[in-house]
Amino acid sequence: MTAFVQQMVLGLLIGGLYGLAAAGLSLVFGVLKVLNVAHGQLIMLGGYGAFWLGALAGFDPFAALTLVIPGALAFGAVLYWTLFAWVVRASEETRVKNSLLIGFGLALALDALAVRLWTADERSITTSYAGAVVSVGGIAIPLVRLASLVLAGALIGGVHLLLARTRWGRAIRATAEDWEAALLTGIDVRRAYLLAFAIGTALAGAAGTLVSVGYSVSPSIGLEWTLKALVVVVLAGLGSMPGTFVGGLVLGLAEAAAAWGFGGPYREMVGLVLFFVVLVARPQGLFAR
Amino acid sequence: MTRPRGLALGVVVVAALAAVPRVARTDAELNFLFLVLLSTTLAQSWNIVAGYAGQVNLGHAAFFGLGALTTRTLWIGGTPVLLAMGAGALVATAFALLIGVVAFRLRGAYFAIGTLALGEILRITVGNVLAEISTLPAATIASYRLADRYYLALALAVATLAVVGALGRSRAGLGMQAIREDEEAAEASGVNALGLKLLALALSTALAGLAGGLFAYYHISYYPSHPFGPHWTFDALLITYVGGVGTLHGPVLGAIFYVLLKEYLAVRWVDFHLLIFGALFIGIVLLLPGGLVEAAARLRALAGRRAP
Repeated sequence: MTAFVQQMVLGLLIGGLYGLAAAGLSLVFGVLKVLNVAHGQLIMLGGYGAFWLGALAGFDPFAALTLVIPGALAFGAVLYWTLFAWVVRASEETRVKNSLLIGFGLALALDALAVRLWTADERSITTSYAGAVVSVGGIAIPLVRLASLVLAGALIGGVHLLLARTRWGRAIRATAEDWEAALLTGIDVRRAYLLAFAIGTALAGAAGTLVSVGYSVSPSIGLEWTLKALVVVVLAGLGSMPGTFVGGLVLGLAEAAAAWGFGGPYREMVGLVLFFVVLVARPQGLFAR
Repeated sequence: MTRPRGLALGVVVVAALAAVPRVARTDAELNFLFLVLLSTTLAQSWNIVAGYAGQVNLGHAAFFGLGALTTRTLWIGGTPVLLAMGAGALVATAFALLIGVVAFRLRGAYFAIGTLALGEILRITVGNVLAEISTLPAATIASYRLADRYYLALALAVATLAVVGALGRSRAGLGMQAIREDEEAAEASGVNALGLKLLALALSTALAGLAGGLFAYYHISYYPSHPFGPHWTFDALLITYVGGVGTLHGPVLGAIFYVLLKEYLAVRWVDFHLLIFGALFIGIVLLLPGGLVEAAARLRALAGRRAP
């Protein structure tokens, strides 16, 4: 019983990162109607950013967030201007199709670039407090991962408030709802696109940092993280940041339960099963409005 | 090119290719042509569902991998290879229809997400469960003849081209292209969109499964998760787009171009070729979505205007 609870706690902890990974993807998809399947590669790059800040400049990984997030915002803006600004000019159906193709090409190119620059080795940040655990009734909770879960929730909450309360947030939401109507009311739709893409990339960068401290990064993790994020987006539906976070927790718990029931090698299958079940039963997602 | 001339050219090329094993001095030529033929089949199979029916499949490797896994297991177990390949095609198609029936009812990106998920999840799971490298038994290696593999690859590529050629002119093929252009308009004019998308997917993945079977028949040893890798999907995407998506001869041109360039780049810039291919692919999707076929047509139109 204790072993089962332990598994589920670990599942919940990584689930927070699934939620954070999905939040950026969901924001970009919801606003630009562009599905960036290279989102996991952005997470991978964020992870390397934090890793090298620690290895070369001695940054604590959580302090590195204060540099990784602005860096990712800027990188997202550049990526938007060079690639995705071209894609959003097309009609909505072509947009999705072209973004899928371009994202896939970008993903493979970034994988190759990462192998070239940083070799295929797995890397993770070790800190003086890396092994610290809190013990609750025989259940060990790694402190770093707990902090990551809390930070993931805080970041998602922050973006939620940004979207709900600020002028720019309202512009982004209006663009997501109906960009033509938004354009007619005088909203700068292009700027809303740019902002949403940059914020989405920043969320990916933050997720990557937390992955590199609690888990590990290597050039090949990109597609796996894209996949987790996609399953969470399908699970949660579009349009709700807190819903996406809960969706991530659900996926983390479901994976832990599957690993417990069928053995570790089969834990990935649960994502596919959830995808099917949600599409058949509730295609708009569990938490969509 | 007119149809009879195209067909005549095709017959000549196939006859020449069939004669290669008799005149080739080393295995290198055969291996090179094998790769072109396998790439043609894989890309053309992706082209059916993406180029003709307009549905983006980002997990084509899943069906290639399922074909390879099934064929390899049955063939090493003693089943004749052609029968084993047929079984591989069936398994691939069965998984594809599972995704298709669920995802095609909904518009948008669900099909792409579903296929991508299937590809990655199968790759990881197969890698976990079958972690050992798969090597042919010694007796099979002793009797290995490259020419057998080559002829099978040639036959499969020709069959694939024949299927796609026939499809392009058939009622079903025209319906698929109508769906690609505008699904609602196609349905309004009596096209059964769900049925035709599923037909395109079944044909596409059966051929991908056969290509996977050929891969399993060709390689002496490989990791069972290797044919599930996303680069196989990317190969199919790149080749189809370089040549010309939604055309019959595009993937053939694309495969020749791709294999030549890959051999060249792999020698010169070992680690860079994927980076170059990624950039090339993005450039083509954004700037020349019709690929080499469109470029040729534009050049011809330009020449025609200059010399009336």
